[in-house]
Amino acid sequence: MVTAAHGAGGSASAELIEAVFVDAFRNPALDALGDGAVLPLPSGESLAFSTDSFVVRPLRFPGGSIGDLAVHGTVNDLAMTGARPLWLSAAFVIEEGFPVDELRRVAGDMAEAARAAGVEVVTGDTKVVDTGAADGLIVTTAGVGLVPPGRQLSARRVRPGDRVLVSGTIGEHGMAVMIARGNLAIDAAIRSDTAAVNALVEELLAAAPSTRWLRDPTRGGVGTACNELARDSGLGVLLDECSVPVRPDVRGACELLGIDPLHVANEGRFLAVVPPEQAPAALAALREHPRGRSAAVIGEITEGPAGIVAMRTALGGTRIVDMLVGDPLPRIC
Amino acid sequence: GEPGHPGAVWRRRVRVEGVVQGVGFRPFVHRLATALGVDGFVGNDSGSVFIEVQGSPATVAQFLRRLRGDAPAPARVTTVRVDDAPPVTGEAGFRIVASRDGCEGVHAAHTVGAVVPPDTAVCDDCVRELFDPADRRYRHPFITCTACGPRFTIIRSLPYDRAATTMAGFPMCSACAAEYHDPADRRFHAQPVCCPDCGPRLSFVPFTPLACSAPAVADGHHSVTGPWDAAELEAARPAASNSAGIGPEAIGAEVIGAGVPGAAETPEAEVTGSDGALAAAQRALADGRVVAVKGIGGYHLACRADSPVAVRLLRERKARVGKAFAVMVRDLDVARRLAEIGPAEAAVLRGPARPIVLLRRRADAPVAADVAPGNPLIGLLLPYSPLHHLLFAQVPGAAVVPPACVVLTSANLADEPICFDDTDARGRLPALADAMLTHDRPILLPCDDSVVRVVDGRELPIRRSRGHTPLLVEFGRTAPVGSRGRPASAGRVGRVADQDGSRRPVEVVLAVGGELKNTFCVTDGERAFCSAHVGDMGGLAALRAFERSVEQFTAVYAMRPARLVADAHPGYSTRRWAERHAGDRPPLLVQHHHAHVVSLLAEHGRLGEPIIGVAFDGTGYGIGGTDSAVPSGAGRDALSRDRASRDGVLRGGVLRGDEVRGDEVWGGEVLLLGADSHRFTRVGHLRAVPLPGGDAAVRNPCRMALSHLAAAGIPWAPDLPAVAACRPAELAAVRSQLDSGIGCVPCTSMGRLFDAVSALLGICHRVEYEGQAAIALEAAALEAVTVPAAGAAASQEARLGSGAGPASGIPAAVGMSKVPGISGLTVAPRLTVGADGVLDPAPLLRALVAGLRDGVPVAVLAAAFHEAVADAVAEVVTRVGRQRGVSLAGLTGGVFQNVLLLRACQERLRTAGFDTLVHHLVPPNDGGLALGQAAVAVLRLRAGDDEER
Ligand SMILES: [Fe+3]
Ligand SMILES: [Mg+2]
Ligand SMILES: [Zn+2]
Ligand SMILES: [Zn+2]
Repeated sequence: MVTAAHGAGGSASAELIEAVFVDAFRNPALDALGDGAVLPLPSGESLAFSTDSFVVRPLRFPGGSIGDLAVHGTVNDLAMTGARPLWLSAAFVIEEGFPVDELRRVAGDMAEAARAAGVEVVTGDTKVVDTGAADGLIVTTAGVGLVPPGRQLSARRVRPGDRVLVSGTIGEHGMAVMIARGNLAIDAAIRSDTAAVNALVEELLAAAPSTRWLRDPTRGGVGTACNELARDSGLGVLLDECSVPVRPDVRGACELLGIDPLHVANEGRFLAVVPPEQAPAALAALREHPRGRSAAVIGEITEGPAGIVAMRTALGGTRIVDMLVGDPLPRIC
Repeated sequence: GEPGHPGAVWRRRVRVEGVVQGVGFRPFVHRLATALGVDGFVGNDSGSVFIEVQGSPATVAQFLRRLRGDAPAPARVTTVRVDDAPPVTGEAGFRIVASRDGCEGVHAAHTVGAVVPPDTAVCDDCVRELFDPADRRYRHPFITCTACGPRFTIIRSLPYDRAATTMAGFPMCSACAAEYHDPADRRFHAQPVCCPDCGPRLSFVPFTPLACSAPAVADGHHSVTGPWDAAELEAARPAASNSAGIGPEAIGAEVIGAGVPGAAETPEAEVTGSDGALAAAQRALADGRVVAVKGIGGYHLACRADSPVAVRLLRERKARVGKAFAVMVRDLDVARRLAEIGPAEAAVLRGPARPIVLLRRRADAPVAADVAPGNPLIGLLLPYSPLHHLLFAQVPGAAVVPPACVVLTSANLADEPICFDDTDARGRLPALADAMLTHDRPILLPCDDSVVRVVDGRELPIRRSRGHTPLLVEFGRTAPVGSRGRPASAGRVGRVADQDGSRRPVEVVLAVGGELKNTFCVTDGERAFCSAHVGDMGGLAALRAFERSVEQFTAVYAMRPARLVADAHPGYSTRRWAERHAGDRPPLLVQHHHAHVVSLLAEHGRLGEPIIGVAFDGTGYGIGGTDSAVPSGAGRDALSRDRASRDGVLRGGVLRGDEVRGDEVWGGEVLLLGADSHRFTRVGHLRAVPLPGGDAAVRNPCRMALSHLAAAGIPWAPDLPAVAACRPAELAAVRSQLDSGIGCVPCTSMGRLFDAVSALLGICHRVEYEGQAAIALEAAALEAVTVPAAGAAASQEARLGSGAGPASGIPAAVGMSKVPGISGLTVAPRLTVGADGVLDPAPLLRALVAGLRDGVPVAVLAAAFHEAVADAVAEVVTRVGRQRGVSLAGLTGGVFQNVLLLRACQERLRTAGFDTLVHHLVPPNDGGLALGQAAVAVLRLRAGDDEER
C-alpha cells in the first residue's frame, strides 16, 4: 500500500519508484534516473525531456504559488541535466467547484514565471473531475530543452576532492509552505525560494566548464540530494555544518519542529559538484548573480566511506546525514 | 574403583571449555594437581584444555571439584566434560604437555571454538612485585603474568600466541624467556610477559609549552592545597603502602605548595624513561593540566578531580556539558572518602574487570562539583593497569606529590569513540590534552571502561566493555523448539550437526546492534560473542570503529558473517550499514523491544521459555498498531494502515524491510513470548501520546510534559513548572504541532514519561545528555526515601533496615510500603491498566499536578511516581500471567537502569509469585540489543522461518 512516506521524496519514494516504475518501463534513458531524460540527437546536441506533477496546499504561499512551482520545477529539472529549457506543456486536473478566478491567477503566475525563465508554454490539457476526486487543483508540466554539445553532467564524473556548492540559503520553500498551511503557530516571515535557476546555471557552467553534476534539492532537501550523489558516485560526501547557509528564522523554525534543515525542500536552489580548481570561479560567478548571493561551498567529495554523507559539526565531530525517511523519528534511546 | 575402597585408583579424562586460554589455567591445574598429589597431565588445544588425572577416588573427586571452584579469576569455565579412562602405570607426577595442534595450535578448524580472554586488571601478586625494590620488575609499567594483563585489546588472531599480539615487536630477553617456558612459573606462557630490559617504553609528550601557557588553576582555588590534608590522608592510608615507596613526607599541603602552578619544572620536551615520564605527568596534573594517559583499551584524559578549573577545562575541551565524569582513585580507602561503599560495592570495584562503579556520592566528597553536576551518584574505579598504580605512587626522588584520585574519561570529543590508535592520538589529542603519558605497545582494538551499578549485591551492567569483552553467551544449551515443532534434542545445536542430522546448521550471523551505546554480536548459532562498546553510531568515527571491530572479531574467530541482523528503525545507521553490506540477502530486522526481551532470556540461558517481558526505554521503532492519540492531520496520514497486516506484523519476530510500515515510537512495552522466543505478541503498553518533533522532544523534556498534559486533558496552566519553562512562542508552536499532528509520531515510551514527569515536577526541562531528566527524577525520589520526611522517621528507619542498606543508598523495600509523606496527596497517583493492557498515565498526571498545587514536596511526588509505575507493571504482568499461564517475567530496557524502579518492580513481582529476570550480564539499555538480535535471528534461521516469509 502506498503511504504518505512514499511521496516525501526520501528513501521510501526511491524504493517505490524502483519497485514499480523502473521495473515496468525499463530502458537505458530511464535507468539513469536523472531529473530528466537526456536523449542524443544527430546534431551533437541532446534533447532533455522532463515532467512533474504539482500538488501543494495551500495553492498560494509567501513567495509563490502552485503556478510558479509548476514552471520552476520543470525548468529546473531540465537545467539540472545541463539543458537550456525551451518549451513546456501544462495539464490541469481541476476539481468541480474550483473558482475560475483562482485558476486565472494560477495561469497568470505560470505565464509570468515562464517569461522570466525564458520558456514558452506551447501545449496543454484540461480535465474536470468530481468533487472529492482531486484536492482542488493538480498541475502537470512537461518540458523540453537542448543540451549543447560537450556538456555532460553525471554523478559518475564526480571525483574525490571535488567541491560541493549550493546556490543559496536552504529550507525556505518547505518551511514557508508548512507555515502557510496555518496549522503551525510559528511566527516567522519566511518566503519560498521558488525560482527558475536556468540563468544561474548558465553563469556557473561558463565559469566552471568542468562542472560534474547538478541537482535541485527539492523534496527531501539537501541531505537527500547528497545521499543520492554519494550513492550514484560510489564516493563519500563530507559537508561542513558551519558553511551550510541557513537563514536564522528557518533554523529557528526547524529547531522548534525537530526538523533538520538539510531535509527541508527547496524550489529555487541547486547543488553543484565542481572540480577544486574551478570552485573559486564557480562561487564567484554564482555570488555575482542576484539569486546566488548566498551561494557557498558546503563540502567536498571524499574517497570514502562510499555512499555515505557525513557532516563535520560545529563541535568538531562528524555526524552521518541520512536521507529523509518520513516524519522526524528520534534515534535517542 | 569404588570411592573409599582402599587402594582404588581413578583415572579421568577431562575437557574444560570456556575462557580457559591466556588466563593461567594450565599453571593453575598444575599447581592444584601437585598440591593434591595426583598424577597426569594438562594441555591446550585451541578452544579447550584437556586433562588426564589419576589418583585415589577422594583426591580425584576433590581435584574435579576445585577445578571449577578455584579457577583463576579471568577464566570462565562453561563446560567440564569428565570421562572414565583406564588407569595407567608408571606415570610419575603431573606435567604440562605440549599443545595438541602443534606450537600452541594453528589448526584452522579448531580456532572457531577458541575464546579470546578479556583484559584483566593487574593482579595483586604483580602489584606486590611492582612496588618491591628488590624485584627485577620494580616499577615496570608493563608487569603482567598469566593471571592478569591485556588480552582482547592486543590480540590480532588466534591461537593466542605472542606473535599474534601487539607484543610481537618486543622479543623476550633471556630472563623473561626462562620464566615463559617454565611450567612452574606464574609467567608460563603469559604472552605479554616482559621486563624493563625487553618491554615497551613509557614516555611523556607535552603538546603545548606547558611552562608558559595560561595558568590552568587561575582562580588559585586549589593551586596550593592538596585533595585533603596530610593527616587526613595519612589516617586513610593502609600501613602496608608506606613500604611501597609512598613516604608520608611526600603527601600534604606543604609539598604540593612547593610546586607553584606553571612552574618551570614541567618539561617542554619529550621525557622518556618510566620515572621521569611519570613524575612529569604528576607535575602536569598537579598544575591543573589535562593529561592524556594511554591505558589498556584506549587513551584517557585525566585531570585533578578537586580543581573546578581543571574539570571545567576538561569539559570545554571535550565539549561535554553536564554528563558525569568518572574518578579513578588510588585505593579503596580513598574511594571511601568519596562515596558510600559497602562490601558488595568494594568487591565489584576490586574485581578483575575493574569497572567504573556508580556509587552514592558522599556529601563531603572532596571533588569539584563539576565532576558530576547535580548527580547524587559518582562513578569510581580503581587502577587496573600497572601504569595507573604508578601514577598514584610517589616517584622515588621526585618532589611532586602523586594524586590520590583523578578524573579519568575516555579521550574523545563528546560522544565519539575512544581514541586508541597512536597515529590518531598524535593528531587528535593535542586539541584535548596538554600532554600525554604514552608508550609504544600498540592497542589493537578500542575498549572503553565498563560501567556498573550494584543492586542487592549483584552487578547491574550499564556498559559492558573492558574486562568483559569479548563476552561469551552460549545459545546451544537449551535448544529451543522451532516454530515447526522440530523437537529440541539435548546437547549443542547449530554449527555442530546433531547425530540424527535433523537440525539445520545455522550460518554465521552478525547482529549490528542499536544506534546509541552500540555493541555488536557475532554468533555461529551456538555461541555468541558480544563486542566492546562502540558508542553513538551517528558519527563517522564510530562507523569506522564499528567496521574495524567487526573485521577483527570475524578474523579472530574465523567466522565470516553470512547473515546480517539489524534493528527495524529506518533511521539507524547500523540498519543502513547492514543494508549496504547484506549483499543479495536482505538483513533480518528485529523489533527493538523484542530484542531487549530476548537479550534477557539469552543471558540467563532461558531461550525458549515463555516470558512476559516488560521493555521500558526511551525510544525504539515500533512496528505498527498503537492506539494512537495523535490527532488527524498531516502526521497521521503516514500512520493509517489496515489492521489485518498490522496484526500479521505484530506476531512476527523478524521482519523484512518491506514489512515495516508507518512510524511509531515504542518504549513502554509488555511483550509476551511463548516457546518460540523469536516471535512475540504485544500484550500491553503505555498509552501513546504524540512525540512532537522527534529528537527535539527528547532534548526538551518540557515538551514531552506538554504533550502528556494535553493528552490527559490537563490545561497548560502557567503555575506548572513545565509550562513556565517554555516561552510563549514555544508553547504556541508545540500546541499547534500537537493539534495538527505535523512532525508528530505516536509514542508509547516510558522513558519519555519519565522525562515528562521530571519536567512536570520542575526537576529538568532541557537535557544535555541522554537520560539526564530521568536520572534527575530518580535522584529526587531517592531523597524522599532516604531523607525522612517530617513525622515519617520511624517508618523510614524500618525501611532502611533491610536489604542493601545504606551503602548503595537504596532502601530495599521501596515500594512495598508507601513513601513517607505520600498521605499528603489528596489523589493517589496511579496509572490505570485497561483490559487491553494499555497503561494510561492520565490519572497519575492529574494526581501529580494536584500534589504540586498542594505543596507536596517534589521528592515525595517523584517517589510516588516510581511507585505508581511499579504498581502498574505488577498489575499488567499479573493479569497477563494469569490469562496466559506464564509465571516468568523480565525487566529490560534502559529505563531499568533506574534502580529505584527496578527494585520496586522486582519486589512486587516476587510477591505476586513471578520468577523475574533482570540483567546481570548485558546492559538493560541498547548495549544489550545485539545479543537479543542475534538470538532472534538464530532461532528464526533454525526454524526456517526466514524462508517462509
Ligand atoms: Fe532500547
Ligand atoms: Mg522533479
Ligand atoms: Zn599478574
Ligand atoms: Zn625481559
